[in-house]
Amino acid sequence: MTAVAQRSRGATVAAPRRGRGRRVLLGVVGVLGELMITAGVLLGGFVVWQLWWTDVEGDRAQAELVEELDWVEPIAPVAAGPAELAVAVPAGGEPPVPAEPGHGSTFATMIVPRWDGEPERPVSQGVDRATVLDPLGIGHYPGTAMPGAVGNFAVAAHRTTYGKPFHRIAELVVGDPVVVRTADAWYVYRVTDHEIVTPSNVDVIAPEPADPTADPTRRLITLTTCHPMFSARERYIVHGELDYWAPASGPAPAELTQADPTVPAQDGGA
Amino acid sequence: MMYGWLWRHLPGPTWFRAVLALAAAVGVAVLCFTTVYPAIAPLMPFNDTTVGEEQ
Repeated sequence: MTAVAQRSRGATVAAPRRGRGRRVLLGVVGVLGELMITAGVLLGGFVVWQLWWTDVEGDRAQAELVEELDWVEPIAPVAAGPAELAVAVPAGGEPPVPAEPGHGSTFATMIVPRWDGEPERPVSQGVDRATVLDPLGIGHYPGTAMPGAVGNFAVAAHRTTYGKPFHRIAELVVGDPVVVRTADAWYVYRVTDHEIVTPSNVDVIAPEPADPTADPTRRLITLTTCHPMFSARERYIVHGELDYWAPASGPAPAELTQADPTVPAQDGGA
Repeated sequence: MMYGWLWRHLPGPTWFRAVLALAAAVGVAVLCFTTVYPAIAPLMPFNDTTVGEEQ
């Protein structure tokens, strides 16, 4: 009945009201858009932090740990002298086996000549992320053998992020040396094989991984890390066996002082 | 919108506002890197790497 009146009023009043409504709507959409952009930037920042900054912090913290160990310096290689003084001579007899230390304490370092450019990494007791793997680098599975002992010296480390000590684990081939250093001795292990298993396959760190029910007779090392990279779906496992040991007070093993990291291939022991 | 509001309420000339805004952004980034991200990282599903038996 008042259609004419409404229409005439609509022409004069509704136009600014519609304009205000549109402004409010645009404002809401604009703020929403800015919030989403902000969320995107923050998520991108998380990726940068996880993939880059944890490496920066991890490398620095692990280098400080190795620095603080304050172990006896290996005798400097005598270039002109007799060969016996230049490199560690494999020692006979039983290798010294350190006692298992308290959780989180650093008792060894690891050097892998194949990973040219990688620093000497600390090895600490425990494998939980919050107190060992994230801040300290390589962790030793509690209850597995210690370096040099009969059984399986099993260690874990990140393959990506937090310093990624085992980033280049897939480069290892059979026969490659893995040098473990403690306050008392050098232990030179050699890679025997590798396997990729599911995370539940914990037999890989058994004293004798080839036969978990058997009594251990060999002095083994096992490196475990995530596989594939940037995923925790599987585990990349590298097994090795002790080649020889030498006292820490002597010169460093030839595996570390040789310029060429290539080593003669050996038969896979397992 | 909200960043426009923030910009209008920053004091001083344009160059000073730009410095302030940059400082605020850097502050937020530092806060995230030192506190926020380390706190939420363990909650991420891709960071669950330890199985119970291995502990």
